[in-house]
This record gives sequence, C-alpha cells and structure tokens, in this order.
Amino acid sequence: MVRVATDTLNSRVPEGPVDEIWDKHRFNMKLVNPANKRKFNVIVVGTGLAGGAAAASLAELGYNVKSFCFQDSPRRAHSIAAQGGINAAKNYPNDGDSIWRLFYDTVKGGDYRAREANVYRLAQVSNNIIDQCVSQGVPFAREYGGTLANRSFGGAQVSRTFYCRGQTGQQLLLGAYQAMMRQVQLGKVEVFARREMLELIVVDGVSRGIVVRNLTSGELETHTADAVVLCTGGYGNVYYLSTNAKGCNVTAAWRCHKRGAYFANPCYTQIHPTCIPVSGDYQSKLTLMSESLRNDGRVWVAKNIDDKRSPSEIPDEDRDYYLERRYPAFGNLVPRDVASRASKERCDAGFGVGESGLAVYLDFRDAILRDGEDAIRKKYGNLFHMYEKITAENPYKVPMKIYPAVHYTMGGLWVDYHLMSNLPGLFVLGEANFSDHGANRLGASALMQGLSDGYFVIPYTVGDHLAKAELPEIPHDHPACVAALQSAQDRIDKLLAVNGTRTVDSFHRALGHIMWEHCGMARSKAGLELAISQIRELREEFWKDVRVLGSGETLNQSLEKAGRVADFLEFGELMCIDALNREESCGGHFREEHQTPEGEAKRNDAEFSYVAAWEFHDVGAEPTLHKEQLSFPNVPPTTRSYK
Amino acid sequence: MSSESLNLTLRIWRQNGPDATGDFRDYKLNGVSTHMSFLEMLDVLNEQLIEAGEEPVAFDHDCREGICGMCSLMIDGKAHGPDNATTTCQLHMRRFNDGDTVTIEPWRASAFPVLRDLVVDRSAFDRIIQAGGYVSVNTGNAPDGNAIPVPGRVQETAMDAAACIGCGACVAACKNASAMLFVSAKVSQLAVLPQGKAERGERVLNMVAKMDEEGFGHCTNTSECEAACPAEISVDNIARLNREFIRASLVSGK
Repeated sequence: MVRVATDTLNSRVPEGPVDEIWDKHRFNMKLVNPANKRKFNVIVVGTGLAGGAAAASLAELGYNVKSFCFQDSPRRAHSIAAQGGINAAKNYPNDGDSIWRLFYDTVKGGDYRAREANVYRLAQVSNNIIDQCVSQGVPFAREYGGTLANRSFGGAQVSRTFYCRGQTGQQLLLGAYQAMMRQVQLGKVEVFARREMLELIVVDGVSRGIVVRNLTSGELETHTADAVVLCTGGYGNVYYLSTNAKGCNVTAAWRCHKRGAYFANPCYTQIHPTCIPVSGDYQSKLTLMSESLRNDGRVWVAKNIDDKRSPSEIPDEDRDYYLERRYPAFGNLVPRDVASRASKERCDAGFGVGESGLAVYLDFRDAILRDGEDAIRKKYGNLFHMYEKITAENPYKVPMKIYPAVHYTMGGLWVDYHLMSNLPGLFVLGEANFSDHGANRLGASALMQGLSDGYFVIPYTVGDHLAKAELPEIPHDHPACVAALQSAQDRIDKLLAVNGTRTVDSFHRALGHIMWEHCGMARSKAGLELAISQIRELREEFWKDVRVLGSGETLNQSLEKAGRVADFLEFGELMCIDALNREESCGGHFREEHQTPEGEAKRNDAEFSYVAAWEFHDVGAEPTLHKEQLSFPNVPPTTRSYK
Repeated sequence: MSSESLNLTLRIWRQNGPDATGDFRDYKLNGVSTHMSFLEMLDVLNEQLIEAGEEPVAFDHDCREGICGMCSLMIDGKAHGPDNATTTCQLHMRRFNDGDTVTIEPWRASAFPVLRDLVVDRSAFDRIIQAGGYVSVNTGNAPDGNAIPVPGRVQETAMDAAACIGCGACVAACKNASAMLFVSAKVSQLAVLPQGKAERGERVLNMVAKMDEEGFGHCTNTSECEAACPAEISVDNIARLNREFIRASLVSGK
C-alpha cells in the first residue's frame, strides 16, 4: 500500500470564472518596484524555449539573471528539434477557433488530468506568443499576401498551427536565444555554458542557489540567488532510446526532488507514433518524423498475416488501413497516444513489417497521385530527405516504415498556479513541470507551453515571490552551500571510485530495456512490480561494477553520463511506482487491466482524478503520495472518443 | 555502396586538454554495420576503449538529428564528412568502404580553440550574436502578428538564411577560417525582414567588428563554406552582407 499524506496540496488557483482569473490575479500579485528589480538575482537553469524566454524576459524587467546550460551554447537546447509547429487561438483562418476551443481541446486531449486554470491561461497567452515571435523576426510561413499561414496538426479540427517549414522549434528557440543574447550585451544576463546543475541549495526551506560542475574544467561552482527557475526539460532518456537529444536528463529535477520538491505524475510519458524504427543494438537514439506527415500519409499493414509481398505489390483490398478502420471520424489524425497503441496492437498481433516486425507503413502513394510529387516535396521535403539519409530508402517510391518511440514526458516537478514548486523560490517551467498537458500532450502544444511559461507567466509570478519573501544574503560559506557542494563532490568521487568492468552506456541500455518493456506503451501490475525489482538490482550492480575512467578535474564525458544514468536508475523506480499506483488508463498511461472490450483506455475518474505528487525519503524507500484533487467545472469529463 | 559490415582504421586526433600537445592515434575497429551513423560508430569505439582501459574519445554531439549544430568533426579533411547537406550525426557508415582509413580531426581555427580531443570552443559565435544578431524588442511590446505583413517571397529568403545551425563548419572549411557565412546568414535574415530594418546598419557594423575581433579570417570568396554547410546556406548571403556593410558604412560615416 502506498503511503498517502493527509494534507492537500495548495495549487493557489484563484477563485472566480476560469476566463477571468489570470487577469485579476496579475493585479493581485505583488510587484517589485522598478528601481528595486536590479537588487534581485535570478538563476535560470536550461536554455530551451522556457529557459531562454524566461532569462530574456526577466532580464528585460531589470533582474540580474544567470543562465546555465550543459551544451556548448544556449542555442543548442533540444527545443530546437521540434519540427511541426506551435498552436495559438488566433482564428486567422476564420474556421471556428477561439481561446475557449483551444482550452477545451487541450483539457480533453490531456484526458482530464491537467489543471484547468493553467490550461486556460496557456490558451489565453498563446496569441501573445505568436505576436512576440513575429516581432523578433521568426520567419513563420506566410501566404502570398504576407499574412501568417496556418495548418491543421495533430488531431485538431481547426487550423491553428503556425510553423516555419519543418523547423519551427529551431526558429522559436533562436528567437528566444537572440533575445537573451541581447540581454547579455546589455549586461543583464550572464551565460554559463557547459555547466551541469548537480545540487539545489535550500536555506530554511527556501530555494536559494545551485551547485554546478564546469564540464570543461571539472570545477564545482556555487551560485546563490533570490530565486531558482528550473527549465531543464523532460526525462524521456530514462528509456535510453527516445527522440530526445543524447544529453537530455532528469538530474537537475531529480536533485531538486531529493531536496524536497515533489515529483508529479512521473508515469505520464508520450510515445510518439511516427518515428524511424530501431535498426540494431548500436542504436543511440530514435528520430522523429513529424506527425504533420499523417495529414497526407496513410498508415497500414497487410490484412493477411503471411503476406510477405513488397508493399507496392499489395493491392488496396489486401491492405488494412487500421486507423481509418477503427477511427473513421479522425482516421490517420487520431491523437498520438491512440495512434501509438494501435500500431503496437497490430505489431503484437504479428502484422508488423520490416526485418524486426516492429514497424508499420506510412504511405504517401495516394497523396502523390492526388497532389503530385512536387507538392509533397514542398510540404515535407526536409523530412523525406532525413528519412532517406537514415534508412537509404526513398519514401517517394516506397512507403516509410514507422514505429512509436518515447518523445515527451508530461510528468515533472509539481508546481502551483505560479509555477512554483512546493519549495518556495524554486520555479519550474516547460517540460520540466507537470501542469498543462495532463496525461497526453497534443501536437504543437509543447512549444506553446514553454514560451507561455517563459515569456508570459514567470515574469509576473517571480516578482510576487521576491516582493513577499524574506531573502537574507547567503554567503558561499553558508552551511547549506558547503553541504550542497560537498554532496556533489562526494557523488563524483563515488562514481570514479567504483572502477568496475561495465560501461555506463551498457547500464543505461539495460535500464531502458526494463522501462520500455514494463513501463512503456502498455503497463501491468505484474510487469511494473518486476520492473521495480529489476531496477533495484541494476542500480546495485551499477554502484558495484560501473567503469568510469579519467578524473573529475577535466572534461570527462563518461563521468557526465555516469551521473545522469545514476539518477535515472533512481528515477525509473519512481516512474514504476507511480504507474503501479494509478489503477486506471488515461492518455499515455495504459494499464492493461483497465481497458474497454475494444481495447480503448478506461479512466477511473471517481478514484484517480488527482495529480500524484511524490515526496522523496530515501533511495529505495517508499515515497509519500500527496494528492492534488482535480476538478473540471468548465470541461466536464467525457470518454475521449475519436471514432 | 559497400558490404554490410566494415573493418576500419580510425586515425583520430587525441589531445588531453586545451594546453596539451595533441597527436593522431590509430584504432582498428572491426565489424562496423553499414546501417550505423558515424557517431554510433564512435560510440562503439568508445565502448571498446573503456573496456580496454583507455579513456574514450571526447566529441561534441547532442540532438543526433542534424539540427542542434553541436556535432562537428573534420572527416578525411571534410567538415561533417563526405556527404553534401549533412551533419556528422546524419552521416551513415554505408558511405564508407571495407578497409578504409578514416581520419577524424576537430575543427581547426584559432577562434575555435580545442578543449579536448575533438571538442572545440565555439563561444565566439555567441559573442557575435550578442553584438547585434537580434531585433531589439522586449516581451510584451509586440503588435498583432498580422500587423506586420511579410510577402511570402521575403519570408522564404529570410527562412533560407535563418536555417543556419551555428555548427561552425563554414569556419572549419575555409582556408582563412572566416566566419562570413555564419555572420551573413543572421545579417541577411534580419535585413530582409521588416522587423529588422530599424537596426540593420548598426547590426552589420557591430557584428562584423566583433567577428574580426574574435580572430576569424577574411573572406576571399572561395565558397568552400557553402560546399561544407549542412544547412545549405548560400554565399548569396555574403554578397548581401557586403552590400549591407557598405551601405551602413556610408550612412553612418564609421
């Protein structure tokens, strides 16, 4: 049985109609006098859309910002790889969109496990984001006359997605990066690249700084501030193979968790349906093919399990367009979780294609016949090029082979309406928090959330905290700083001292295998219990037998990886505990015990309409569950149906 | 195209730190699948080195899908290797033949000092952007997105330039280690868009001054940069930069 706390988490959502509270709340929050802002220091960890936007916006207000990233430049953060687009409720196409509809779609798409008030605010500021990015010079696609172009994306029935070819994340990120670089020039942001956060400094229960390792020199550095803003992305790499960049990790968030911050809904992960399948044991990452491809591509497998003909020889009557068959209303455009499970179902039943049998076809034949090859090239040329690079197959001639892969994590550190964690002074933005996507994220909404949090939420809520909190000066020899520094040093020493026989990557691959098998697209009680015991064994073996060569005083990429994998080995267990506790299926979390006779997810609103926020006690010790009850007065829960 | 599995000799630059003297070392790597990416091949080498008790080869990489710009490497004297419009992370081993000797070096430019093995410091690029690679607009100041119409053709030109991934291949490929392609891409994007017009003169003067100060060489129009660029940035941007620079110099009198 899970230990459940008796207190209730205070989400600080203001009273009132959902469409009025953010405006009113901005008035009610405390302001910092313009002349006093320069007296406050704010640390921003991570430089993706959330972190870049937050650092720039806070500096523009006058705060002194220190910005940290593990890459060699803030411009590399993995937001850069987002392909498809960013949603906003502009209703430029006049097709019936509104803030309320974007809000409604996002709450429903999240399978009624997100916090309504946060989602409404997200939909509300979505329009400001587009304006802001346009004025920065982000080259969004345009109509001939010069107005902004939109496309429909990821199951939405309106065209509300803005895009820059297949590189929307890159252009939005460079916009935020450039805004931040301007503040560096103005002396308001100081960038610390090639730094990895290893500890959070907490003084009297308030978050006051971080310890980082300089990845070039190996030195540990202490940085104190009046607030810490964590924008460190998701934890998809716990599966080893994912569409995340190789460096993405849970370390910063996990260290905050170990210092007292609650981790919410860690089991909510998004498996993206359209990725290039695994080709061998050496595989280091998976490549996403934008889901915009599903606007024109048709997903199918053969009807006959023994049909080994090449795809072009299989006539239509022998093809099973299973998404169109099962979901006639949405067809190939069903949300990601539904599309992924449907491919797994076909492959598990033996209908998979390719050498591994773990793939389905995504076929552009009909679209090319209808619109011509040039039209398809104009829309998807860069994606087709990338596919051919990786697989050596020409998707204009033969259907793509795709399979689901881990892509995004909806869970993250628990935050209230101010995006502040339960540790005062620790704010968490973007993918690193849990708040806006519930149990499933819709396409083109991650970029929206990162920028919303960074440009339009944190500038207000940080001010409220700084205006109210008692923030005495923290010298670097303060016992809390010394202890955090020592803890980071001890861990490095411990990793280097094991001197075993197995490489870090071999442990990471083993962990990834456990997570994918038992905490992936389908989960069961028995599988999760097995996974927990396997993770514990693997963790024990890691600390006995990992081999990390070199020293802590130089650039040492094995040591960096070892630290991240050590944290994944603790975090993976919490994911399984959370998945085990959630006795229902919702969004990306599918428990085999809880499904309809047709194999669709079956929610249990009576018992599980809550956010599961976990409190850490010790490695391997049972965490305490804190519940935040969710209510849906504006979007009453229904069964999500795409039939 | 080659067989399914390759035996290779890798000649790799090893250098212990920024001030250490480096040298090439040879490594035999057998049974390399042609489906591997180039960086996966290096992963396999590193696994073997660690098992043999030798420190792995340090190299920069992150997204492994050709967009973050973090990977680099001179492969047989070519920035990002033999394929056009391809980053090292997107290069696959089917491009090589059994028995090949493959030489792998870091970017070579005095503005990009080596930190270790194949890892270089490209922070000079960040400092060039700081000198003016932006539109000066604070959060919250923006008019409605459609209040600034941008004709489709102008937007396409801006997007072509904005596609730069900031990897530094242009510098590595240039005999003068010039950063003109990188700088011109950002100058062009913001010079053609209406949003960037107000600052276009100051921007180009400041960015070019910073580029010179960082120790990048001069452009002599050999177009090696364009040939090496994984994002297919055109040297037309350099021509535009030169026009912008002359225009700004005449107007400002600097």
